[in-house]
Amino acid sequence: MEQLGYLLSSTVKILGLIAWIFGLLWGLGRKPLWQKLLTIVAAFAVIQALFGFKIGSFQFFSAFDQGLLFQAVTMAMVALGLNLIYGFNGQFSLAQWGFYGLGAYCSADVTYRWSNGDAGGLIVVGLGVILAGVAIGLVRMFLNRKRGVPVLSAFTFYLFGILAAVFIAVQVGKPLATACLPLFGTVDAPGPLSAPIFLQIVFPLSVIFAGAFAAEVSFLFGLPVLSLGSDYFGIATLGFSIVVQTLMVNSDTILPFPEMKGGRGMIGITKLTTWFWAFAFLIFVIMLIRNFVRSSTGRATLAVREDEIAARAMGIDVASSKLLAFVLGSFVAGIGGGIYAHYIGFLSPNTFSFIKGFDPLIIVVFGGLGSLTGTVAAAFGWIFFLEGFLRVLLGQLGTDAPSWRFVLYPITLLLLMLLRPKGLLGTTEWGFFQASIVKRKIAAPLDKGKGEGVAATPPPPSEVGKPTTGNKH
Amino acid sequence: MADMNGDQIILDVKQATKAFGGLLAVNGLDLRLPKRALQGLIGPNGAGKTTAFNLITGIIPLTNGAVEFKGERVDGLEPFEITRLGIARTFQNIRLFSNLSVLDNVRIAYHAHAGYGLVDSILRSRRFTEKEAELTEKALDFLDIFKLADIADETARNLPYGQQRRVEIARALACNPALLLLDEPAAGMNPREILELMELIHFIRDRFELTILLIEHQMRVVMGICEYLTVMDFGEVIARGTPREIQENQTVVEAYLGKGAGKSAAS
Repeated sequence: MEQLGYLLSSTVKILGLIAWIFGLLWGLGRKPLWQKLLTIVAAFAVIQALFGFKIGSFQFFSAFDQGLLFQAVTMAMVALGLNLIYGFNGQFSLAQWGFYGLGAYCSADVTYRWSNGDAGGLIVVGLGVILAGVAIGLVRMFLNRKRGVPVLSAFTFYLFGILAAVFIAVQVGKPLATACLPLFGTVDAPGPLSAPIFLQIVFPLSVIFAGAFAAEVSFLFGLPVLSLGSDYFGIATLGFSIVVQTLMVNSDTILPFPEMKGGRGMIGITKLTTWFWAFAFLIFVIMLIRNFVRSSTGRATLAVREDEIAARAMGIDVASSKLLAFVLGSFVAGIGGGIYAHYIGFLSPNTFSFIKGFDPLIIVVFGGLGSLTGTVAAAFGWIFFLEGFLRVLLGQLGTDAPSWRFVLYPITLLLLMLLRPKGLLGTTEWGFFQASIVKRKIAAPLDKGKGEGVAATPPPPSEVGKPTTGNKH
Repeated sequence: MADMNGDQIILDVKQATKAFGGLLAVNGLDLRLPKRALQGLIGPNGAGKTTAFNLITGIIPLTNGAVEFKGERVDGLEPFEITRLGIARTFQNIRLFSNLSVLDNVRIAYHAHAGYGLVDSILRSRRFTEKEAELTEKALDFLDIFKLADIADETARNLPYGQQRRVEIARALACNPALLLLDEPAAGMNPREILELMELIHFIRDRFELTILLIEHQMRVVMGICEYLTVMDFGEVIARGTPREIQENQTVVEAYLGKGAGKSAAS
């Protein structure tokens, strides 16, 4: 009986969340600005209210469920980024998980140091990210003037530019951090910077910087590697994920970060992720990706996926287009990592092993390659189904039973792929993610001055067009 | 050859050579196109015609020689840069963005002239809204000209063959070129479609003041619309002249039908 109740309540939960997502996207897709804003506030408030909702011992969102929700939000971000790279740009990447890990560690380190009275993390990372961005811009301007620089030479220029920027950031950041030290005060007499409010400012900054950090690393990595063909690119990105994980395992020995504690895992990260921040960053990511995809640059990205040679012949800079999608996708992954680190409070290199890196890939394919709606829905559904529904349900059958979810869910995947090979939603979009509908201003197309000339000249074939004009949807 | 001296030369290919290992796919090709010319490049299969197109558009680099467009060298530039300078092309085997709509196919060609950048699109600035609407309107007008406006929302893949060809030509023209390269535009078309295609080619040349170079196997098209022909065989130019001159050229007949074919009554 208890199982049945649980079955019922989790089904309601999953369906409710999916409905919530579709409602959010629908509201964001409305034209007037106040309706969009209202939707955002309402969508935020509904979940926030449910967090505190409790009747007797029944809680709609238990602490466990809240954890799942944060996990789903991060997964949605990472998967959205991956869909941009793989679904929209056609580059099969396994590096997404590595960028996610970089973002997690980077932002965790910033807030960890801050909570321990050291502004150095924030200053060095912030300064480094900004200076490296400037360096990339300068090198790019320089290379644009010089024609025909091979990719690897360009890479070397960028590498040295970024290294110089990082060096400056460290040299400038350290004395600045020392100067800030008195402002933190001691444990007994906390200084002004120790106030909790500052941590609330440092946290979103650290997440943004983590995203930018992941984006810059992906720029440097993608520049030479994206010129490889798709399969070779896939293998190279797998290599990247493994390198990142190895660096994490050895972060306290070969890297100078003792607070990350290498393979033992980083503990003591302040749990700063609230529903407010998670939701705010989710909306930010959704808007970023959607605005990118539904623009001329986004269409160019799609063109590269469809046919590289034709895209080149249409005046599209294929190499830049690929790099842009890759960098943007990694930026989003870095942000997801930052949110994750501050919700879980503990980072272990095992979390970022490349095997787990297939999770976002599964979500993207499951939801539909090239469907942003499908990705967000699949991310929520997947987490709640696998980690919530199956784990707890099976948990009631015995202590070993939860492991069976890794049998049950691949079977679900198999079935879905057999029944709907293009994913749950294919490429269809909903609400906010939909392309704006093109409306014609002029009803009769040939009334214009120019048009008459066309009508007078032997008109281009019109009969051929007829069969399809009839069944236009 | 009279028209080649007075008029402005828009494309000048000088001794273009491409070697794939030991094979000279194109050997010392010279090609001059005056403004608003409609010329043909013909030859048997494997003569190096498509390779010549790929050399002009920069898809494969030259081994030797030079390509000048409007008096400036374009060889060594990236294909997308060459397109932005004003050379557009279609492909022998149609290369549409097949999962995208007809409208998007044309809008993609406008990308280089979109007039707004990445920051505009992410912030949805006023410039984005205006330019995007303008671009879409322009693309739709364009589709009107080609009688494709009714199927603007159709996925390119689902169109019949003849229409796909027209979408491809429309898309190439949306790049705003001065020179259009058509690679076998009549391939796989039935006689009526070929007739319509010939009208279309004449029409776009007048409407957009284009210079057109086309590769074609259908002699009806070549002889019907081209003013001047260059014949290639095994990577080399074997003849040049007006369609009439070419038809009577012994070397050309031999290249197509084999030695002695011209004399033999059986052929």
